[in-house]
Amino acid sequence: MLVEIRWHGRGGQGAVTAAELVAYASIIKGYYALAFPEFGAERRGAPVTAYNRLSDKVIYDRSPVLSPDIVVILDPTMVGRDVIHGLKKHGLVVANTAKKPRELAEILGPDYRVATVDATKIAMEVFRLPIVNTAMVSALVAASGIIDLDSLLQAVSARFSARLASLNEQVIRKAYELTEVM
Amino acid sequence: MGKVIPISGNYAVAYAAKAADVDVIAAYPITPQTAVVEKLSEFVANGELDAEFIHVESEHSALSAVVGASAVGARVFTATSAQGLLLMYEIMHIASTLRLPIVMGIAARAISAPINIWCDHSDFMAASDTGWIMFMAMNAQEAHDLVIAGFRIAEDPKVHLPVAVGYDGFLVSHTIEPVNIIERDEALKYAPKRVTWYTLNPDKPITLGPLASPDWYFEFRVQLQDAIEGAREVISNAFAEFAQHFGRKYGEVDAYYTDDADVVLVTMGSASGTALAYVEEARKEGVKVGLINVRLFRPFPEEFIAKHIENAKVVAVVDRAVNAGSSFVGPLYSDIAVTMFKRGFDIPVVNYITGLGGRAVLKDHIDHMVKHALSLVGKKMRDIKTHYAFVGVRE
Repeated sequence: MLVEIRWHGRGGQGAVTAAELVAYASIIKGYYALAFPEFGAERRGAPVTAYNRLSDKVIYDRSPVLSPDIVVILDPTMVGRDVIHGLKKHGLVVANTAKKPRELAEILGPDYRVATVDATKIAMEVFRLPIVNTAMVSALVAASGIIDLDSLLQAVSARFSARLASLNEQVIRKAYELTEVM
Repeated sequence: MGKVIPISGNYAVAYAAKAADVDVIAAYPITPQTAVVEKLSEFVANGELDAEFIHVESEHSALSAVVGASAVGARVFTATSAQGLLLMYEIMHIASTLRLPIVMGIAARAISAPINIWCDHSDFMAASDTGWIMFMAMNAQEAHDLVIAGFRIAEDPKVHLPVAVGYDGFLVSHTIEPVNIIERDEALKYAPKRVTWYTLNPDKPITLGPLASPDWYFEFRVQLQDAIEGAREVISNAFAEFAQHFGRKYGEVDAYYTDDADVVLVTMGSASGTALAYVEEARKEGVKVGLINVRLFRPFPEEFIAKHIENAKVVAVVDRAVNAGSSFVGPLYSDIAVTMFKRGFDIPVVNYITGLGGRAVLKDHIDHMVKHALSLVGKKMRDIKTHYAFVGVRE
């Protein structure tokens, strides 16, 4: 088993942390996992890419993920065909958008499975800031089942202070509920 | 046994220095190494590590400070990258000839100009003539383990030399992966703190590093050469005992599918992982390719490499650095070519230079190298017109 995920977002949205949380949650479950960013000069608003490889065996390949099984898009303005380059046929797109999965599928074409959630709205309600990474990890969990919600919450409480972990838990539970999959 | 936790290569290195119970740390932050010293500084600040953390104004001072501390018998650690390592270069020679068992992490990074914070081996390779024992880790687990093994090797009475543990900037330093963390008690059983080197002590005064005129200097350099040659056996034993203590087996090199390979790739660092993933796939398709990962770079593990290229028809050396204007171009290539020449191997040995300044090393690139190398099967070295090629570069 090997699952490759590519994350697209903008500096400040937390794409790198999102990938790290997925690796964290997988590793505490006993899987082998890597999380690594496409290391650019970090600037707010600049496009950011991060990657995950998850497996039940040791992963040796350290090259960037060019043909992912899953693409997660953190920024609504980036949602489109450009960021899904190389996505495997029948691969999954998880997007932060107010659009319904069916609407997004019309843009992306028929070859992919699509899940959407309005993560920005959820983040604004809870954090009053458009930090959408934990909502999007939750949407990934809801749409793919690659890790379970409990492991994600464990990863979140290991990674954040108690106050932030509790706010993130609210975001995660909301996003998990509101993610729509087609 | 330790516990597996998800951490970055930088943190894995910091946890190793903590497990080794270092007494003095001096370091200056530089990308991509910074997180190592941030974490160590946190360990010291919150009382998890009883060490003196010396904040310095440069890497030159960082290494000078640990030289001083090691000279009075402290177990010391530092870490750096790129320009930082170059600033340490002067002191690196002093550390080795004073025979001080310093351990240093190097998050390998490209050298300026132009400024580039990403991975290649230019910094690591620039330090290869300093008399330090040098390892290159393939992943965060190895970086962690080699730092702990490093203290044991460095402080061995037959060695008394500094040890550098390289690990790829970002590709290892910033990648989160599972690492089995060695706890302090276990680390100290494996690498006990014993001061066996000559130390500065007012009650038993000695002098370290004074002027040596032409009638003595030469002997110091010969002793350095003898010491690093003598370290080979200590390193082998340290790896054997590491496996007994922690269950993880390391060698000077790793060899995969070399027995019947037409082309043997030689790689270092995280690219060895990508190359291994490639080789596993290529073997399934019947491509007779093998792989050597070079973990120990100084002293260069010639015997181990020679053994694994005995049956090869072409040797393909992958470098992540350029020695511009040299006869060899890639620094790893020069060691492999000399290893082969000394043993009379008359088969092509070619050099592929790739992944400079953080350019991704893809399985496609490895495939390109292997296909090219396969086209040379049956030739002699003297038939090869160009011995090096840049792979993954804009034309």
